[in-house]
Amino acid sequence: MSKRRVIPGFGLSLGFSLVYLSLIILIPLSALFLKAAGLGWREWWNLLTSERVFAAAKLTFGASACAAATSTVLGLLVTWVLVRYRFTGRRLLDAMIDLPFALPTAVAGITLTAIYAPNGWLGEPLAKMGIKAAYNSIGVYIALTFIGFPFVVRTLQPVLEDFTKDTEEAAATLGAGRWVTFWRVIFPMMVPALITGFTLAFARAIGEYGSVIFISGNLPMKTEILPLLIVSQLEQYNVPAAAVIASAMLIVSFTLLFLINLLQRWLDWHKK
Amino acid sequence: MAYQDVTNESKPVRYLLIAATFGVLALFLFLPLAAVFIEALRKGWEIFFASLRDEAALSAVKLTLLAAAVSVPLNTLFGVAAAWLVTKFRFKGRAFLMSLIDLPFAVSPVIAGLVWVLLFSSHGWFGDFLQRHDIKIIFALPGIIIATVFITFPFVARELIPLMESQGADQEEAAVTLGASGWSIFWRVTLPNIKWGLLYGVLLCNARAMGEFGAVSVVSGHIRGETNTLPLHIEVLYNEYQFSAAFACATLLALLAILTLGIKSLIEHFSGQSSHGH
Repeated sequence: MSKRRVIPGFGLSLGFSLVYLSLIILIPLSALFLKAAGLGWREWWNLLTSERVFAAAKLTFGASACAAATSTVLGLLVTWVLVRYRFTGRRLLDAMIDLPFALPTAVAGITLTAIYAPNGWLGEPLAKMGIKAAYNSIGVYIALTFIGFPFVVRTLQPVLEDFTKDTEEAAATLGAGRWVTFWRVIFPMMVPALITGFTLAFARAIGEYGSVIFISGNLPMKTEILPLLIVSQLEQYNVPAAAVIASAMLIVSFTLLFLINLLQRWLDWHKK
Repeated sequence: MAYQDVTNESKPVRYLLIAATFGVLALFLFLPLAAVFIEALRKGWEIFFASLRDEAALSAVKLTLLAAAVSVPLNTLFGVAAAWLVTKFRFKGRAFLMSLIDLPFAVSPVIAGLVWVLLFSSHGWFGDFLQRHDIKIIFALPGIIIATVFITFPFVARELIPLMESQGADQEEAAVTLGASGWSIFWRVTLPNIKWGLLYGVLLCNARAMGEFGAVSVVSGHIRGETNTLPLHIEVLYNEYQFSAAFACATLLALLAILTLGIKSLIEHFSGQSSHGH
């Protein structure tokens, strides 16, 4: 048996937390799953394999994976530089990393569109080179990279800060060059954090709405993401379809969250 | 004597990587931020201020402030209670409870709005009841508030839990031994230890509450001057091709974001710890 609890407030904090959690999160989410479960398996299958849902899912998951991969590569570079080097402006850059967290998604959406639209700041020179960077899947990819990028940096940063330099010194003593040391010694130790960062960025990207809908063009079958499809089903009063698509998305997101938790627990256990 | 530091890259490599980082962040972070302000002022200060003084804009600002004023205190209260619960006590289901607190992070904003529509719209579970009693939740203020509460639910708890976990419960236990009551322990022992983390959590919660778009968009109904928050007002202006006005309103939210990041840096500076370092 565990020792008697000496600190007061167990009952009060447990009661309040559970009631609040149930009212705000659990009951509403259950309502969604119940609504979706009201439809049979056949209808689920028909809905989720319909052409429009399939096209939206392909775009959402494809662009999210590409964006999360880009965020991971850029995040690795930026985190390395912020943690390992000292230079003027480092604190400013470090503070700015969280901008995509703090900037409302609608603001990010219209701003990225102003930059990458065919008549935009970067969109115009890109268009001259024959690259269309807005109102297509590239636009979706750009917005999702912007949104996912800080997740990788903020996951990797504490891990890299905790590395002691002994292993690198040992590698150097044994004659390894800097490049070899990085790939064979440092990089393998960062892989779990990189996977976690990638998954967090990916999970955020598949649900993202505000920053995408301005730059994506929103054409059904072509540039429509899953969250937008839910909204358009809802606007056509097709509530059951919206509930099914939303439930399927939640199942994917919760699975991802669960996998990250497993990975973290496995790592904590490994450390001991 | 100069010697080559074996755990550092050579100078050219270092400069190249730093330059690349500046390049990436300039393109990804500074350019969008600058674009908000430049686009807002493209047609001059007069249009800029006129767009902010517009009646619909003012009512959107008011609604945004109101939604934040309800959801932030509620979620702060929950954050403190939940953090107290999972860090001061060990009980069955504790790990599961912590996963549940994280749940809203994995929910698309659109779905966070949809769940309330399923419950409270006229075709929803409580639709008949609400209609009989003439209560409007969806396409009205209460809907906007509960959608915002859902979205900002984990922010304070997420910030406090790692912080309070790392501080342990020794000080509180000592205070109990000395005969202090629960409330006085919280106010005089715990709160002074967590004040910076709490402040940062509240700030993040507030930034998200004022900036939320997807969830609020689903439940608001977009009634101009009535159920449009500031982000929704920006969308309406943008879709009406009033770009300068849309960006003028966007500067308010961009300034809020800059303020939030600035205070975060100050907090890290004064508390001597990084908020991502625990």
